[in-house]
Amino acid sequence: MGCKTSREIGGMGHPIKRKEDARFIQGKGKYVDDIKLPGMLYLDIVRSPYAYAKIKNINIDKAMAIPGVLAVITGKDLEKYNLHWMPTLMSDTQMVLPTDTVMYQSQEVAAVIATSRYVAADGVEAVEVDYEPMKPIMRPKKALEPDAPVLRSDKEGKKDNLIWHWETGDRDGTEKVFQNADVVVKEQIYIPRIHVVSIETCGCVADFDKVEGKLTLYMTTQAPHAIRTVLALVAGHVGLSEEKIRVISPDIGGGFGGKVPVYPGYVCAVAASVLIGQPVKWIEDRTENLQADSFARDYDMTCELAANKNGKIQALRIKTLADHGYTDAAANPSKFPAGMFSICTGSYDFDTAFTEMDAAYTNKPPGGVAYRCSFRVTEAAHAIERMVDRLALEIGKDPAQLRMENFIKKDQFPYQSALGWEYDSGDYHRALEKAMDIIGYDDLRKEQAEKRKNGELMGIGICSFTEIVGAGPSKDFDILGIKMFDSCEIRVHPTGKAIARFGTKSQGQGHETTYAQIIAEELGIPAQHIQVEEGDTDTAPYGLGTYASRSTPTAGAAAAKAARKLRKKARKIAAHLLEVSEEDLEWEPGKFSVKGAPEKAKTIQEIVFASYTNHPQGMEAGFEATHYYDPPNLTFPFGSYICVVDIDRSTGEIKIRRFIAVDDCGNIINPMIVEGQIHGGLTQGLAPAMYEELIYDDEGNILNGSLMDYLVPTAVESPKWETAKTITPSPHHPIGAKGVGESPTVGAPPAIANAIIDALSHLGVQHMDIPITPYKVWKVLNEKGAALEV
Amino acid sequence: MATKPIKVTLNGTEHSLEVEPRLLLVHLIRENLSMTGTHIGCDTSNCGACTILLNGKSVKSCTVLAVQANGKEVTTIEGMATAEGLHPLQEGFREMHGLQCGFCTPGMIMRATELLKQNTNPTEDEIRWGISGNLCRCTGYNNIVKAIQYAASKLNGTEMPAELKEEVSAEE
Repeated sequence: MGCKTSREIGGMGHPIKRKEDARFIQGKGKYVDDIKLPGMLYLDIVRSPYAYAKIKNINIDKAMAIPGVLAVITGKDLEKYNLHWMPTLMSDTQMVLPTDTVMYQSQEVAAVIATSRYVAADGVEAVEVDYEPMKPIMRPKKALEPDAPVLRSDKEGKKDNLIWHWETGDRDGTEKVFQNADVVVKEQIYIPRIHVVSIETCGCVADFDKVEGKLTLYMTTQAPHAIRTVLALVAGHVGLSEEKIRVISPDIGGGFGGKVPVYPGYVCAVAASVLIGQPVKWIEDRTENLQADSFARDYDMTCELAANKNGKIQALRIKTLADHGYTDAAANPSKFPAGMFSICTGSYDFDTAFTEMDAAYTNKPPGGVAYRCSFRVTEAAHAIERMVDRLALEIGKDPAQLRMENFIKKDQFPYQSALGWEYDSGDYHRALEKAMDIIGYDDLRKEQAEKRKNGELMGIGICSFTEIVGAGPSKDFDILGIKMFDSCEIRVHPTGKAIARFGTKSQGQGHETTYAQIIAEELGIPAQHIQVEEGDTDTAPYGLGTYASRSTPTAGAAAAKAARKLRKKARKIAAHLLEVSEEDLEWEPGKFSVKGAPEKAKTIQEIVFASYTNHPQGMEAGFEATHYYDPPNLTFPFGSYICVVDIDRSTGEIKIRRFIAVDDCGNIINPMIVEGQIHGGLTQGLAPAMYEELIYDDEGNILNGSLMDYLVPTAVESPKWETAKTITPSPHHPIGAKGVGESPTVGAPPAIANAIIDALSHLGVQHMDIPITPYKVWKVLNEKGAALEV
Repeated sequence: MATKPIKVTLNGTEHSLEVEPRLLLVHLIRENLSMTGTHIGCDTSNCGACTILLNGKSVKSCTVLAVQANGKEVTTIEGMATAEGLHPLQEGFREMHGLQCGFCTPGMIMRATELLKQNTNPTEDEIRWGISGNLCRCTGYNNIVKAIQYAASKLNGTEMPAELKEEVSAEE
């Protein structure tokens, strides 16, 4: 990619090394558990062994008798301050601590505050809780049966376990197309509950200063400003006023959506600090993290695709049963209870679709975090990409060919999708062609045919996804009423060095580098001289945070816009200094020069200095600008992935031989960082495709609630990812970028599933649910009589 | 609770402390000695974020009691750089973009330190198996492997694989 700026300036397109790395490679990162304040206390949590039980009694005497245990907080204590319940991001309610009933295994029951981590853990052991277990409801289908007991009896008048019904599209029109279609394929597709497993768990240090009445909350949060506002709204009545709440999100050890919601532990720590007047630290351990928070997916989808006999897709219909656990704590924009699921028509050109969804309460912990996924896009992409393969199998057409024949063409953009989105730009044919070229698709199909003759199993899987990211335009997007804009404030110091602050918060995405590059591109100030700061609500401008691949589409755009305001000012100052009119000046990165007299020029550094020392009369001094960017539309990154697998007929072992990811995220800020994001996202796509699933038994016990049983891929399971790109800029984004973090997590699972199913399709296999494990494959091979005896 | 006296050398400095017998080495390092570069990512010895060197051998410090480190030398990420500059592994992680959130990085680097001592010129496969006790959720491991290859070349004086050289020269 050609760069407009020099290496020294390091604007868009330069693969500059990351500015944040110096501290991370030397052990100098500042994560929340690294914070140690004078007089700091430690909070640990008593959790329920039952999925559904009445609490008959909590005896804290033995715990309180332990030297160093200062307090045990229960729901009854919080009830006195009306803090025992809190709102979720979807305007449902969630217990902070229960007063009488626990609703999921590992639910927070009481909080022990002590002088050390170890003593707090001793206290937890000593708290005696008397439970009366009840029969939990663990399956959403059961929960919605007419005679099912009502789980949320706390809600007045609630007579069933339905949270909401949501639908979009043309129900009758879709039915008509299905009735007249030549071909209809149907599959039941389950996307299991999975966990983000950021290597850092969640935690906080709450520090309430009784004299000032000020709360400083260091917290693993991807959205510090929203947290501050929510705290002010729910705890205003106990004296927490928004100007006296400072949320600081320090370095975050991975977020992936799991650090968007508010969990009870945070609130307990705040309550404890306010009550005791000392700093209180809460850090959950991994097992607590895996069992109680940060859950995603859990969609059971009935998918149908209608087509003519040549395979031209005519309509899509999906009915989903969503398991949200005991409360709807999904992290979605308010108006989108099912997130952006309506992107499920994918990369294909057809005008009729209908999708509906029932969300159910069960006795699982709250689910629905947007795990590296722009609100349910992963589920939507899996549905359409599996169904397209299913259709190809049905009519005996090559799945690449079928996709090519159904893709939206590049001259159809901006494209109105059947379910109401306006796709900004795309060139789907080019991305798939590129992936096929790189992997040698035609030769692979020949090899596969040969291998089948010899009884060997090999499969090729394609996924050509369309993502929808960058929430979002204020007309449609808000969280608890706060519009989903984002912001940037740039302050350039007299010597031409700058600090830029943002409403977002990096968790590894490299914002300190990429945001500096955007500003460098616009102002010509070297990226190395632009310090980027995020995560402190006392200093950063307001924004909704980092998730859903929204940072570049929103705050990245704000950076460009704020910088352009400054360039306008710079032009005025340059005209003043050079004694010419503004129109006589031309810009190249880093300086204004007089048209036709390039030796007469002023560098950006000279101009900035003048803004403090010699600014034109009547102009404001200084060199600062702020921009709040409200995007006109979402952005639609896309890509085509091809996966090749070999399967061992005796063991069912699946080996990914090759995996090529061709991504198009529009203009690229830093290709090194983009490629790194894609590698990581692919491994997080591999995980649910082949390894990860949280399993609950009918009594509500989690069966794999620690990293000993929940299989996070290591370097051994992860293949050597191959990447390539096409570039189709977003026409409406100021720098033509689209966002990329989530594309690979969305695109990888169907590519891998399609490859494995393709390897088995000649045996009559039409669908398998993820994760597709060796055991599942081995069972299928045995059923089909294709297993090799060892 | 009764305490035990121990002497531990952390990154070259000897410390004499009184500790509870149940204290984990990782907490000794992080809490008692305030070196927070070593991280905790799990409670079952699976993630490797807490990997350190104990008498030169990489161990998960959440699975060692502080008293077991009595009389021994502990090296953490803070002890890797010298007056001459960064350790080749630290340099490799930056040059090859082998980290994103940085939380697993100290453990990865400490594990790779012993790996490269045992095997000065590992294959890609040997590197992947060699770090299979350490989890990373951000990078997908491609670039961690490259970072270790980079350091191996620097330490053993062999020529760097072509794809690594390309990235080093791409841009500073």
